Amino acid sequence: MYSFEIESPTSVADAVAALGQEEAQALGGGQTLIPSLKARLASPAVLVSLKNIDEIKGVSSDGGTVTIGGGTTHATVAEEVADSYPALSALAGNIGDPAVRNRGTIGGSLANNDPSACYPAAALASGATIVTNTREIAADDYFQGMFTTALEEGEIITSVRLPVPEKAAYVKFEQPASRFALVGVFVAKFADGVRVAVTGASEEGVFRWTEAEEALSGNFSADALSGLSVPADGMIGDLHGSGEYRAHLVAVLTKRAVAAAG
Amino acid sequence: MTKVTMTVNGKAVSKEVSGNTLMTEFLRDELRLTGTHVGCDTSQCGACVIHVDGKSVKACTMFAAEAQGAAVTTIEGMANADGSLSVIQQAFQDHHGLQCGFCTPGMVMTAATLLKENPTPSEHEIRDYLEGNICRCTGYHNIVKAIMAASGQDVSGIAAE
Ligand SMILES: Cc1cc2nc3c(=O)[nH]c(=O)nc-3n(C[C@H](O)[C@H](O)[C@H](O)COP(=O)(O)OP(=O)(O)OC[C@H]3O[C@@H](n4cnc5c(N)ncnc54)[C@H](O)[C@@H]3O)c2cc1C
Ligand code: FES
Ligand code: FES
Repeated sequence: MYSFEIESPTSVADAVAALGQEEAQALGGGQTLIPSLKARLASPAVLVSLKNIDEIKGVSSDGGTVTIGGGTTHATVAEEVADSYPALSALAGNIGDPAVRNRGTIGGSLANNDPSACYPAAALASGATIVTNTREIAADDYFQGMFTTALEEGEIITSVRLPVPEKAAYVKFEQPASRFALVGVFVAKFADGVRVAVTGASEEGVFRWTEAEEALSGNFSADALSGLSVPADGMIGDLHGSGEYRAHLVAVLTKRAVAAAG
Repeated sequence: MTKVTMTVNGKAVSKEVSGNTLMTEFLRDELRLTGTHVGCDTSQCGACVIHVDGKSVKACTMFAAEAQGAAVTTIEGMANADGSLSVIQQAFQDHHGLQCGFCTPGMVMTAATLLKENPTPSEHEIRDYLEGNICRCTGYHNIVKAIMAASGQDVSGIAAE
Protein backbone atom coordinates (compact mmCIF):
# COMPACT_ATOMS: atom_id res chain seq x y z
CA MET A 1 0.00 0.00 0.00
CA TYR A 2 1.07 3.56 -0.65
CA SER A 3 1.03 5.73 2.45
CA PHE A 4 -1.90 7.94 3.40
CA GLU A 5 -3.45 9.56 6.43
CA ILE A 6 -6.81 8.54 7.93
CA GLU A 7 -9.25 11.10 9.24
CA SER A 8 -12.37 10.16 11.19
CA PRO A 9 -14.88 13.01 11.23
CA THR A 10 -18.08 12.68 13.24
CA SER A 11 -20.47 14.65 11.04
CA VAL A 12 -21.39 14.64 7.33
CA ALA A 13 -20.41 18.32 7.11
CA ASP A 14 -16.91 17.60 8.42
CA ALA A 15 -16.58 14.57 6.15
CA VAL A 16 -17.55 16.62 3.10
CA ALA A 17 -14.97 19.24 4.08
CA ALA A 18 -12.31 16.56 4.58
CA LEU A 19 -13.16 15.03 1.18
CA GLY A 20 -12.54 18.43 -0.37
CA GLN A 21 -8.81 17.97 0.20
CA GLU A 22 -6.50 16.96 -2.62
CA GLU A 23 -6.72 13.21 -3.39
CA ALA A 24 -9.08 12.37 -0.56
CA GLN A 25 -11.35 9.31 -0.68
CA ALA A 26 -14.16 8.03 1.54
CA LEU A 27 -13.61 4.84 3.55
CA GLY A 28 -16.78 2.90 4.39
CA GLY A 29 -16.30 -0.61 5.73
CA GLY A 30 -13.14 -1.01 3.68
CA GLN A 31 -14.15 -4.49 2.46
CA THR A 32 -13.64 -3.45 -1.14
CA LEU A 33 -11.38 -0.44 -0.78
CA ILE A 34 -8.69 -2.00 1.45
CA PRO A 35 -8.04 -4.89 -0.97
CA SER A 36 -7.79 -2.40 -3.83
CA LEU A 37 -5.40 -0.20 -1.83
CA LYS A 38 -3.25 -3.28 -1.22
CA ALA A 39 -3.23 -3.96 -4.95
CA ARG A 40 -2.25 -0.31 -5.46
CA LEU A 41 -5.30 0.24 -7.62
CA ALA A 42 -6.00 3.41 -5.65
CA SER A 43 -3.54 5.89 -4.16
CA PRO A 44 -5.39 8.43 -2.02
CA ALA A 45 -3.42 10.88 0.13
CA VAL A 46 -6.18 10.97 2.73
CA LEU A 47 -8.84 8.41 3.62
CA VAL A 48 -11.91 9.87 5.26
CA SER A 49 -13.48 7.18 7.41
CA LEU A 50 -17.26 7.47 7.66
CA LYS A 51 -17.45 5.00 10.54
CA ASN A 52 -17.87 7.57 13.32
CA ILE A 53 -20.70 9.50 11.68
CA ASP A 54 -23.77 8.44 13.63
CA GLU A 55 -26.17 10.46 11.47
CA ILE A 56 -25.60 8.11 8.50
CA LYS A 57 -26.12 4.91 10.47
CA GLY A 58 -29.26 2.97 11.31
CA VAL A 59 -32.56 1.89 9.81
CA SER A 60 -36.02 3.39 10.08
CA SER A 61 -39.31 2.26 8.64
CA ASP A 62 -42.30 4.44 7.93
CA GLY A 63 -45.43 4.17 5.79
CA GLY A 64 -44.21 1.52 3.40
CA THR A 65 -40.69 2.89 3.04
CA VAL A 66 -37.50 1.67 4.64
CA THR A 67 -34.70 4.22 5.06
CA ILE A 68 -31.19 2.93 5.64
CA GLY A 69 -28.24 5.13 6.58
CA GLY A 70 -25.36 4.94 4.08
CA GLY A 71 -22.95 3.86 6.81
CA THR A 72 -25.12 0.97 8.02
CA THR A 73 -23.41 -2.42 7.93
CA HIS A 74 -24.84 -5.41 6.09
CA ALA A 75 -25.21 -7.22 9.45
CA THR A 76 -27.32 -4.39 10.88
CA VAL A 77 -29.48 -4.20 7.75
CA ALA A 78 -30.09 -7.97 7.90
CA GLU A 79 -31.21 -7.65 11.49
CA GLU A 80 -33.20 -4.44 11.33
CA VAL A 81 -35.32 -5.02 8.22
CA ALA A 82 -36.13 -8.66 9.03
CA ASP A 83 -39.78 -7.74 9.67
CA SER A 84 -40.22 -4.65 7.51
CA TYR A 85 -38.55 -5.92 4.31
CA PRO A 86 -37.69 -9.65 4.62
CA ALA A 87 -36.33 -10.05 1.06
CA LEU A 88 -33.83 -7.24 1.68
CA SER A 89 -32.90 -8.72 5.05
CA ALA A 90 -32.19 -12.07 3.41
CA LEU A 91 -30.07 -10.39 0.74
CA ALA A 92 -27.99 -8.47 3.30
CA GLY A 93 -27.60 -11.55 5.50
CA ASN A 94 -26.17 -13.49 2.58
CA ILE A 95 -23.47 -11.06 1.47
CA GLY A 96 -20.00 -12.60 1.85
CA ASP A 97 -19.50 -13.99 5.35
CA PRO A 98 -20.20 -12.76 8.91
CA ALA A 99 -16.92 -10.83 9.23
CA VAL A 100 -17.51 -9.02 5.91
CA ARG A 101 -21.08 -8.21 6.95
CA ASN A 102 -19.87 -6.70 10.24
CA ARG A 103 -17.78 -4.10 8.35
CA GLY A 104 -19.18 -3.62 4.84
CA THR A 105 -21.83 -0.92 4.37
CA ILE A 106 -24.74 -0.35 2.02
CA GLY A 107 -23.32 3.04 1.01
CA GLY A 108 -19.98 1.48 0.12
CA SER A 109 -21.64 -1.23 -1.93
CA LEU A 110 -23.82 1.21 -3.87
CA ALA A 111 -20.94 3.65 -4.41
CA ASN A 112 -18.72 0.87 -5.69
CA ASN A 113 -21.43 -0.61 -7.98
CA ASP A 114 -19.55 -3.84 -8.57
CA PRO A 115 -21.26 -5.61 -11.49
CA SER A 116 -21.71 -8.68 -9.24
CA ALA A 117 -22.83 -6.93 -6.07
CA CYS A 118 -26.17 -7.67 -4.42
CA TYR A 119 -27.47 -4.30 -3.16
CA PRO A 120 -27.63 -2.66 -6.61
CA ALA A 121 -30.26 -5.26 -7.59
CA ALA A 122 -32.32 -4.50 -4.48
CA ALA A 123 -32.09 -0.73 -4.99
CA LEU A 124 -33.02 -0.90 -8.67
CA ALA A 125 -35.86 -3.42 -8.23
CA SER A 126 -37.32 -1.48 -5.29
CA GLY A 127 -37.19 1.80 -7.18
CA ALA A 128 -35.04 3.21 -4.38
CA THR A 129 -33.85 6.76 -3.95
CA ILE A 130 -30.17 7.28 -3.22
CA VAL A 131 -29.79 10.26 -0.90
CA THR A 132 -26.46 12.10 -0.79
CA ASN A 133 -25.14 15.15 1.03
CA THR A 134 -26.31 17.29 -1.89
CA ARG A 135 -29.27 15.62 -3.64
CA GLU A 136 -31.61 12.70 -4.18
CA ILE A 137 -31.03 10.36 -7.11
CA ALA A 138 -33.57 7.83 -8.42
CA ALA A 139 -32.08 4.34 -8.73
CA ASP A 140 -33.03 4.36 -12.44
CA ASP A 141 -30.65 7.29 -12.97
CA TYR A 142 -28.04 6.28 -10.41
CA PHE A 143 -26.52 3.11 -11.89
CA GLN A 144 -24.54 3.97 -15.01
CA GLY A 145 -22.63 0.80 -15.85
CA MET A 146 -19.94 -1.34 -14.22
CA PHE A 147 -18.32 0.48 -11.29
CA THR A 148 -19.96 3.70 -12.55
CA THR A 149 -22.63 5.74 -10.79
CA ALA A 150 -24.13 9.23 -10.85
CA LEU A 151 -22.04 10.18 -7.78
CA GLU A 152 -19.76 13.19 -8.14
CA GLU A 153 -16.31 13.31 -6.62
CA GLY A 154 -16.52 13.72 -2.84
CA GLU A 155 -20.28 13.08 -2.74
CA ILE A 156 -21.37 10.90 0.19
CA ILE A 157 -24.32 8.51 0.23
CA THR A 158 -26.06 9.50 3.44
CA SER A 159 -29.07 7.20 3.11
CA VAL A 160 -31.10 4.99 0.81
CA ARG A 161 -34.91 5.05 0.75
CA LEU A 162 -36.53 1.83 -0.44
CA PRO A 163 -40.27 1.51 -1.05
CA VAL A 164 -41.31 -1.87 0.36
CA PRO A 165 -42.97 -4.09 -2.28
CA GLU A 166 -46.07 -6.22 -1.65
CA LYS A 167 -44.02 -9.29 -2.53
CA ALA A 168 -40.32 -9.63 -3.23
CA ALA A 169 -37.45 -12.10 -3.39
CA TYR A 170 -33.78 -12.10 -4.29
CA VAL A 171 -32.21 -15.26 -5.65
CA LYS A 172 -28.48 -15.39 -6.20
CA PHE A 173 -26.44 -18.06 -7.90
CA GLU A 174 -23.25 -17.85 -5.92
CA GLN A 175 -19.83 -17.84 -7.45
CA PRO A 176 -18.49 -20.32 -4.88
CA ALA A 177 -15.01 -18.84 -4.42
CA SER A 178 -15.87 -15.18 -3.96
CA ARG A 179 -19.45 -15.62 -2.75
CA PHE A 180 -20.49 -12.73 -4.99
CA ALA A 181 -23.40 -13.25 -7.36
CA LEU A 182 -22.53 -15.09 -10.56
CA VAL A 183 -26.02 -13.90 -11.40
CA GLY A 184 -28.58 -12.50 -8.98
CA VAL A 185 -32.19 -11.50 -9.66
CA PHE A 186 -34.37 -9.30 -7.45
CA VAL A 187 -38.09 -9.37 -8.20
CA ALA A 188 -40.37 -6.79 -6.55
CA LYS A 189 -44.15 -6.69 -6.98
CA PHE A 190 -45.82 -3.36 -6.24
CA ALA A 191 -49.50 -2.44 -6.51
CA ASP A 192 -48.77 -0.64 -9.78
CA GLY A 193 -46.46 -3.17 -11.40
CA VAL A 194 -43.48 -5.47 -11.11
CA ARG A 195 -39.78 -4.55 -11.27
CA VAL A 196 -37.07 -7.07 -12.05
CA ALA A 197 -33.39 -6.18 -11.54
CA VAL A 198 -30.50 -8.40 -12.60
CA THR A 199 -26.96 -8.24 -11.21
CA GLY A 200 -23.82 -10.21 -12.10
CA ALA A 201 -24.85 -10.80 -15.69
CA SER A 202 -24.40 -7.79 -17.91
CA GLU A 203 -21.29 -5.96 -19.03
CA GLU A 204 -23.37 -2.81 -18.42
CA GLY A 205 -23.77 -3.71 -14.72
CA VAL A 206 -27.12 -4.06 -12.97
CA PHE A 207 -30.13 -3.73 -15.32
CA ARG A 208 -33.92 -4.05 -15.42
CA TRP A 209 -35.36 -6.89 -17.43
CA THR A 210 -38.35 -4.98 -18.78
CA GLU A 211 -39.78 -7.83 -20.86
CA ALA A 212 -40.13 -9.94 -17.72
CA GLU A 213 -41.56 -6.97 -15.83
CA GLU A 214 -44.34 -6.58 -18.41
CA ALA A 215 -45.18 -10.27 -18.39
CA LEU A 216 -45.22 -10.42 -14.59
CA SER A 217 -47.23 -7.24 -14.15
CA GLY A 218 -50.14 -8.98 -15.92
CA ASN A 219 -49.67 -12.36 -14.26
CA PHE A 220 -47.34 -12.68 -11.27
CA SER A 221 -46.36 -16.31 -11.69
CA ALA A 222 -43.33 -18.18 -12.93
CA ASP A 223 -45.44 -19.47 -15.85
CA ALA A 224 -45.80 -15.95 -17.17
CA LEU A 225 -42.08 -16.07 -17.97
CA SER A 226 -42.11 -19.21 -20.09
CA GLY A 227 -40.48 -18.61 -23.42
CA LEU A 228 -38.85 -15.35 -22.33
CA SER A 229 -35.06 -15.06 -22.47
CA VAL A 230 -32.38 -12.40 -22.49
CA PRO A 231 -29.85 -12.32 -25.33
CA ALA A 232 -26.35 -13.62 -24.52
CA ASP A 233 -24.96 -10.61 -26.34
CA GLY A 234 -23.39 -8.18 -23.87
CA MET A 235 -23.44 -10.70 -21.01
CA ILE A 236 -20.26 -11.16 -18.98
CA GLY A 237 -18.25 -14.18 -20.10
CA ASP A 238 -15.34 -15.27 -17.90
CA LEU A 239 -13.78 -18.40 -16.41
CA HIS A 240 -16.77 -18.80 -14.10
CA GLY A 241 -19.36 -18.89 -16.85
CA SER A 242 -19.95 -17.90 -20.46
CA GLY A 243 -22.32 -15.18 -21.61
CA GLU A 244 -24.76 -17.86 -22.80
CA TYR A 245 -24.67 -19.51 -19.38
CA ARG A 246 -25.34 -16.24 -17.59
CA ALA A 247 -28.20 -15.39 -19.96
CA HIS A 248 -29.72 -18.78 -19.23
CA LEU A 249 -29.32 -18.21 -15.47
CA VAL A 250 -31.15 -14.88 -15.69
CA ALA A 251 -34.31 -16.59 -16.93
CA VAL A 252 -34.03 -19.50 -14.48
CA LEU A 253 -33.35 -17.30 -11.46
CA THR A 254 -36.14 -14.87 -12.34
CA LYS A 255 -38.59 -17.78 -12.29
CA ARG A 256 -37.19 -18.97 -8.97
CA ALA A 257 -37.43 -15.47 -7.52
CA VAL A 258 -41.08 -15.16 -8.56
CA ALA A 259 -41.81 -18.57 -7.04
CA ALA A 260 -39.98 -17.59 -3.83
CA ALA A 261 -41.86 -14.29 -3.61
CA GLY A 262 -45.07 -16.33 -3.64
CA MET B 1 1.26 9.10 12.10
CA THR B 2 -1.74 9.10 14.42
CA LYS B 3 -2.03 7.95 17.96
CA VAL B 4 -4.49 5.12 18.61
CA THR B 5 -5.75 3.97 21.96
CA MET B 6 -7.72 0.77 22.43
CA THR B 7 -7.94 -2.19 24.74
CA VAL B 8 -6.50 -5.47 23.52
CA ASN B 9 -7.45 -8.55 25.53
CA GLY B 10 -8.45 -6.28 28.38
CA LYS B 11 -5.23 -4.24 28.48
CA ALA B 12 -5.10 -0.59 27.47
CA VAL B 13 -2.74 -0.01 24.53
CA SER B 14 -1.64 3.29 23.03
CA LYS B 15 0.67 3.57 20.00
CA GLU B 16 1.56 5.78 17.06
CA VAL B 17 0.50 4.20 13.76
CA SER B 18 0.59 5.20 10.10
CA GLY B 19 -2.69 5.52 8.24
CA ASN B 20 -2.01 2.36 6.26
CA THR B 21 -1.10 0.14 9.24
CA LEU B 22 -3.42 -2.86 9.10
CA MET B 23 -4.85 -4.34 12.27
CA THR B 24 -2.92 -7.56 11.51
CA GLU B 25 0.35 -5.61 11.35
CA PHE B 26 -0.48 -3.69 14.50
CA LEU B 27 -1.23 -6.85 16.48
CA ARG B 28 1.59 -8.98 15.12
CA ASP B 29 4.42 -6.48 14.64
CA GLU B 30 3.70 -3.81 17.25
CA LEU B 31 2.16 -5.88 20.04
CA ARG B 32 3.86 -9.19 19.14
CA LEU B 33 0.53 -10.98 19.36
CA THR B 34 1.30 -13.44 16.58
CA GLY B 35 -1.67 -15.71 17.20
CA THR B 36 -3.66 -13.69 14.67
CA HIS B 37 -2.54 -15.33 11.43
CA VAL B 38 -2.29 -13.89 7.94
CA GLY B 39 -3.23 -16.50 5.36
CA CYS B 40 -4.36 -14.65 2.27
CA ASP B 41 -4.21 -10.95 3.19
CA THR B 42 -7.13 -10.50 0.77
CA SER B 43 -10.11 -11.03 3.12
CA GLN B 44 -10.86 -14.53 1.87
CA CYS B 45 -9.45 -17.04 4.38
CA GLY B 46 -10.45 -15.85 7.86
CA ALA B 47 -7.17 -16.85 9.57
CA CYS B 48 -6.98 -13.25 10.86
CA VAL B 49 -10.42 -13.03 12.48
CA ILE B 50 -10.47 -11.05 15.74
CA HIS B 51 -13.28 -9.48 17.76
CA VAL B 52 -13.75 -5.74 17.68
CA ASP B 53 -16.36 -4.58 20.18
CA GLY B 54 -17.59 -8.15 20.33
CA LYS B 55 -17.96 -8.68 16.58
CA SER B 56 -15.91 -10.91 14.29
CA VAL B 57 -13.91 -8.94 11.73
CA LYS B 58 -11.03 -9.73 9.43
CA ALA B 59 -8.01 -7.96 10.89
CA CYS B 60 -6.27 -7.93 7.48
CA THR B 61 -9.11 -5.76 6.15
CA MET B 62 -9.24 -3.08 8.79
CA PHE B 63 -6.82 -0.29 9.67
CA ALA B 64 -5.43 0.04 13.18
CA ALA B 65 -6.60 3.66 13.18
CA GLU B 66 -10.17 2.41 12.77
CA ALA B 67 -9.91 0.57 16.11
CA GLN B 68 -9.53 3.83 18.02
CA GLY B 69 -11.46 3.44 21.29
CA ALA B 70 -12.44 -0.16 20.56
CA ALA B 71 -12.28 -3.28 22.72
CA VAL B 72 -10.28 -5.84 20.76
CA THR B 73 -9.96 -9.54 21.54
CA THR B 74 -7.50 -11.85 19.83
CA ILE B 75 -6.92 -15.59 20.18
CA GLU B 76 -4.43 -14.78 22.95
CA GLY B 77 -7.36 -13.48 24.98
CA MET B 78 -9.52 -16.57 24.61
CA ALA B 79 -8.09 -18.89 27.27
CA ASN B 80 -9.57 -18.90 30.77
CA ALA B 81 -8.06 -16.57 33.38
CA ASP B 82 -6.05 -19.44 34.90
CA GLY B 83 -4.49 -20.23 31.54
CA SER B 84 -6.54 -23.36 30.86
CA LEU B 85 -8.21 -23.68 27.48
CA SER B 86 -11.68 -22.20 27.01
CA VAL B 87 -14.58 -24.50 26.23
CA ILE B 88 -14.28 -23.88 22.49
CA GLN B 89 -10.50 -24.35 22.44
CA GLN B 90 -10.75 -27.52 24.49
CA ALA B 91 -13.41 -28.87 22.14
CA PHE B 92 -11.10 -28.27 19.16
CA GLN B 93 -8.44 -30.30 20.95
CA ASP B 94 -10.81 -33.07 22.04
CA HIS B 95 -12.42 -33.48 18.61
CA HIS B 96 -9.29 -33.02 16.48
CA GLY B 97 -10.62 -29.75 15.08
CA LEU B 98 -7.13 -28.86 13.87
CA GLN B 99 -4.23 -30.40 12.06
CA CYS B 100 -1.55 -27.84 11.14
CA GLY B 101 -3.36 -25.23 13.24
CA PHE B 102 -2.91 -22.33 10.85
CA CYS B 103 -6.61 -21.61 10.46
CA THR B 104 -7.43 -22.39 14.09
CA PRO B 105 -7.20 -18.91 15.65
CA GLY B 106 -9.69 -17.59 13.10
CA MET B 107 -11.91 -20.65 13.47
CA VAL B 108 -12.03 -20.27 17.26
CA MET B 109 -12.75 -16.54 17.07
CA THR B 110 -15.52 -17.07 14.52
CA ALA B 111 -16.96 -19.98 16.50
CA ALA B 112 -17.07 -17.77 19.59
CA THR B 113 -19.26 -15.12 17.96
CA LEU B 114 -21.44 -17.81 16.40
CA LEU B 115 -22.15 -19.38 19.78
CA LYS B 116 -22.79 -15.97 21.29
CA GLU B 117 -25.40 -15.20 18.60
CA ASN B 118 -26.78 -18.72 18.37
CA PRO B 119 -25.96 -20.91 21.40
CA THR B 120 -27.16 -24.20 19.84
CA PRO B 121 -26.51 -23.99 16.10
CA SER B 122 -27.36 -26.82 13.71
CA GLU B 123 -24.63 -28.40 11.60
CA HIS B 124 -25.91 -26.43 8.62
CA GLU B 125 -25.83 -23.16 10.55
CA ILE B 126 -22.25 -23.83 11.66
CA ARG B 127 -21.10 -24.53 8.11
CA ASP B 128 -22.89 -21.44 6.86
CA TYR B 129 -21.34 -19.21 9.53
CA LEU B 130 -17.85 -20.55 8.76
CA GLU B 131 -18.19 -19.50 5.12
CA GLY B 132 -15.37 -16.99 5.44
CA ASN B 133 -12.95 -19.35 7.22
CA ILE B 134 -10.87 -21.63 5.04
CA CYS B 135 -9.04 -24.74 6.29
CA ARG B 136 -6.65 -26.65 4.03
CA CYS B 137 -6.24 -29.65 6.34
CA THR B 138 -9.24 -30.95 8.21
CA GLY B 139 -11.96 -31.09 5.59
CA TYR B 140 -13.99 -29.05 8.13
CA HIS B 141 -15.74 -32.06 9.56
CA ASN B 142 -14.00 -32.11 12.93
CA ILE B 143 -14.17 -28.34 13.17
CA VAL B 144 -17.94 -28.51 12.86
CA LYS B 145 -17.99 -31.35 15.36
CA ALA B 146 -15.86 -29.39 17.85
CA ILE B 147 -18.17 -26.39 17.63
CA MET B 148 -21.23 -28.62 18.09
CA ALA B 149 -19.57 -30.15 21.14
CA ALA B 150 -18.61 -26.74 22.53
CA SER B 151 -22.26 -25.75 22.32
CA GLY B 152 -23.12 -28.71 24.56
CA GLN B 153 -24.88 -30.65 21.81
CA ASP B 154 -24.57 -34.37 21.18
CA VAL B 155 -22.03 -35.11 18.46
CA SER B 156 -22.33 -38.89 18.40
CA GLY B 157 -24.51 -38.60 15.31
CA ILE B 158 -21.74 -36.84 13.40
CA ALA B 159 -19.49 -39.60 12.13
CA ALA B 160 -15.81 -38.83 11.63
CA GLU B 161 -15.25 -39.25 7.92
C1 LIG C 1 -14.96 -12.08 0.97
C2 LIG C 1 -15.91 -11.03 0.47
C3 LIG C 1 -17.15 -11.42 -0.04
C4 LIG C 1 -18.07 -10.48 -0.51
N1 LIG C 1 -19.26 -10.93 -1.01
C5 LIG C 1 -20.17 -10.04 -1.47
C6 LIG C 1 -21.43 -10.46 -1.96
O1 LIG C 1 -21.78 -11.63 -1.96
N2 LIG C 1 -22.28 -9.52 -2.44
C7 LIG C 1 -21.97 -8.19 -2.40
O2 LIG C 1 -22.79 -7.38 -2.83
N3 LIG C 1 -20.79 -7.75 -1.94
C8 LIG C 1 -19.89 -8.63 -1.47
N4 LIG C 1 -18.69 -8.17 -0.98
C9 LIG C 1 -18.41 -6.74 -0.99
C10 LIG C 1 -18.89 -6.08 0.29
O3 LIG C 1 -20.30 -6.04 0.30
C11 LIG C 1 -18.35 -4.67 0.49
O4 LIG C 1 -18.55 -4.39 1.84
C12 LIG C 1 -19.01 -3.56 -0.29
O5 LIG C 1 -19.00 -3.80 -1.67
C13 LIG C 1 -18.27 -2.24 -0.11
O6 LIG C 1 -18.71 -1.64 1.05
P1 LIG C 1 -17.71 -1.01 2.10
O7 LIG C 1 -18.53 -0.30 3.10
O8 LIG C 1 -16.79 -2.06 2.58
O9 LIG C 1 -16.98 0.10 1.22
P2 LIG C 1 -15.44 0.47 1.04
O10 LIG C 1 -14.66 -0.72 0.63
O11 LIG C 1 -14.98 1.22 2.22
O12 LIG C 1 -15.58 1.48 -0.17
C14 LIG C 1 -15.93 1.09 -1.48
C15 LIG C 1 -16.04 2.36 -2.36
O13 LIG C 1 -17.18 3.13 -1.97
C16 LIG C 1 -16.80 4.43 -1.53
N5 LIG C 1 -17.70 4.72 -0.40
C17 LIG C 1 -17.80 4.00 0.76
N6 LIG C 1 -18.84 4.46 1.50
C18 LIG C 1 -19.39 5.49 0.82
C19 LIG C 1 -20.50 6.37 1.05
N7 LIG C 1 -21.29 6.28 2.15
N8 LIG C 1 -20.77 7.33 0.12
C20 LIG C 1 -20.02 7.43 -1.00
N9 LIG C 1 -18.98 6.63 -1.30
C21 LIG C 1 -18.66 5.66 -0.40
C22 LIG C 1 -15.33 4.35 -1.22
O14 LIG C 1 -14.69 5.58 -1.41
C23 LIG C 1 -14.86 3.30 -2.22
O15 LIG C 1 -14.65 3.88 -3.48
C24 LIG C 1 -17.74 -9.10 -0.49
C25 LIG C 1 -16.51 -8.69 0.02
C26 LIG C 1 -15.60 -9.62 0.50
C27 LIG C 1 -14.30 -9.16 1.04
S1 FES D 1 -5.57 -13.06 6.17
FE1 FES D 1 -7.37 -11.97 6.59
S2 FES D 1 -8.86 -13.13 5.58
FE2 FES D 1 -7.04 -14.16 5.04
S1 FES E 1 -5.77 -27.09 10.37
FE1 FES E 1 -4.41 -26.61 8.78
S2 FES E 1 -5.47 -25.04 7.75
FE2 FES E 1 -6.91 -25.71 9.15
